[in-house]
Amino acid sequence: MKKNLLAIGGIAIAIALTLVAAPLLSQRLAAGSETQGSEQVIKITAKMFEFTPSKIKLKKGVAVILDFVSLDRHHGFDCSGIGIRTDIWPGQVNKQRVVPQKAGTHEFHCDRFCGDGHEGMSGEIIVEE
Amino acid sequence: MYEMDRRDFIKLIGMGGAVIVMETGITEIVMEMGSSAGAATMPQETLTFIQLSDTHWGFNDPKINPDFAGTLKKAIAQINSMKSQPDFIIFSGDVTHSTDDPKERRRRMAEARDIIAGLNLKNVKMMPGEHDAGLDNGEAFQECFGKTHYTFKYKDVNFIVVDNASDSTSSIGDTQLEWLSAEMGKLEKESKIVIFTHRPLFELYPQWDWWTRDGAKAIDILMPYKNVAVFYGHIHQEHHHMTGHIWHHAAKGMLFPLPAPGSLPKRVQLPWDSAHPYRGVGYRSVVPKTDEYGYTLTEIPIAEV
Repeated sequence: MKKNLLAIGGIAIAIALTLVAAPLLSQRLAAGSETQGSEQVIKITAKMFEFTPSKIKLKKGVAVILDFVSLDRHHGFDCSGIGIRTDIWPGQVNKQRVVPQKAGTHEFHCDRFCGDGHEGMSGEIIVEE
Repeated sequence: MYEMDRRDFIKLIGMGGAVIVMETGITEIVMEMGSSAGAATMPQETLTFIQLSDTHWGFNDPKINPDFAGTLKKAIAQINSMKSQPDFIIFSGDVTHSTDDPKERRRRMAEARDIIAGLNLKNVKMMPGEHDAGLDNGEAFQECFGKTHYTFKYKDVNFIVVDNASDSTSSIGDTQLEWLSAEMGKLEKESKIVIFTHRPLFELYPQWDWWTRDGAKAIDILMPYKNVAVFYGHIHQEHHHMTGHIWHHAAKGMLFPLPAPGSLPKRVQLPWDSAHPYRGVGYRSVVPKTDEYGYTLTEIPIAEV
């Protein structure tokens, strides 16, 4: 009887773990892949006090998915030139689809004060024709 | 009554190079550079305050300011040496330089508070910048210096300190905006009103965080009042701007200058110029005009006393 109870408990835990882990795993795989459907996914990592990559090239009119990750604390990402403004929280998936409409160099920066060095946390998106 | 003594003023010119006398109100802008000519027309009004901003206590890069430990003390000695003392002094944010360590943050604030206590004038108003308050929502600042938004009145001028630095999103926030609206509602439309903020309320250069995300809401609250001026810091340089009839005056920083908005690819501290020590840093005295709207601003450089 005791063995049966333990077995049932073990199965229940395994099912619960699968249910919780599967979506996270699929999100993680999606984040790490280079395309999602037909659209390119560009992973942008934020940490004190830099974005990686800090220079990103896009094509005008071509949709991409920006996949934001924070490695330490709450950061922000503001690139008004392509119309993206978002918070980046550690441990949270944050994907933003964008179709750049304006060719040129668009500066982006962290817009949440994150410490001594925050002011230099910036980069640029170059949208080519 | 405070009026900067003519001898004080000429002494300042002799000590530190250029002094700008700027009449910034509705009517005129007069600038005198490096000469005492015309400097005798100092304000005769009955209220004066000093705005001292962005002292960044704890900053220690000698390439940017080799006198990082002495500049604030020099300013305090200078102010103490003035024959006539102002009615009050306000430190308009970034009293300390940011640190991730909460203990170090409190230590820097305590040190800054002790140095500021060296002012002969004890009527000192404090407010936070993002370097003081942006990482802990103003917790350490409030422990050391008290409230981050408040009102006070001197003579016929109503002063309102607005905190747009504790919220790391560069915002005032709805709760404080409601408070601002209620405080403004107590005043007459003709009242003389001075608003102190750390960041500019208007969109000076958002790419460098030189704005307040919900600043337009604050300006909307101020707009019905005819005699309002905003004094702020944050950008480490003198800057004057109008939204409608409302003046916005940025003060120099006390430790290092920053570039003009958008003039460089990055918002970097400008390096120390050994040929012109303390260039671009300083503080100001402010006197309300008695017969018209506006304020007389006197920019004061740092110098040995």
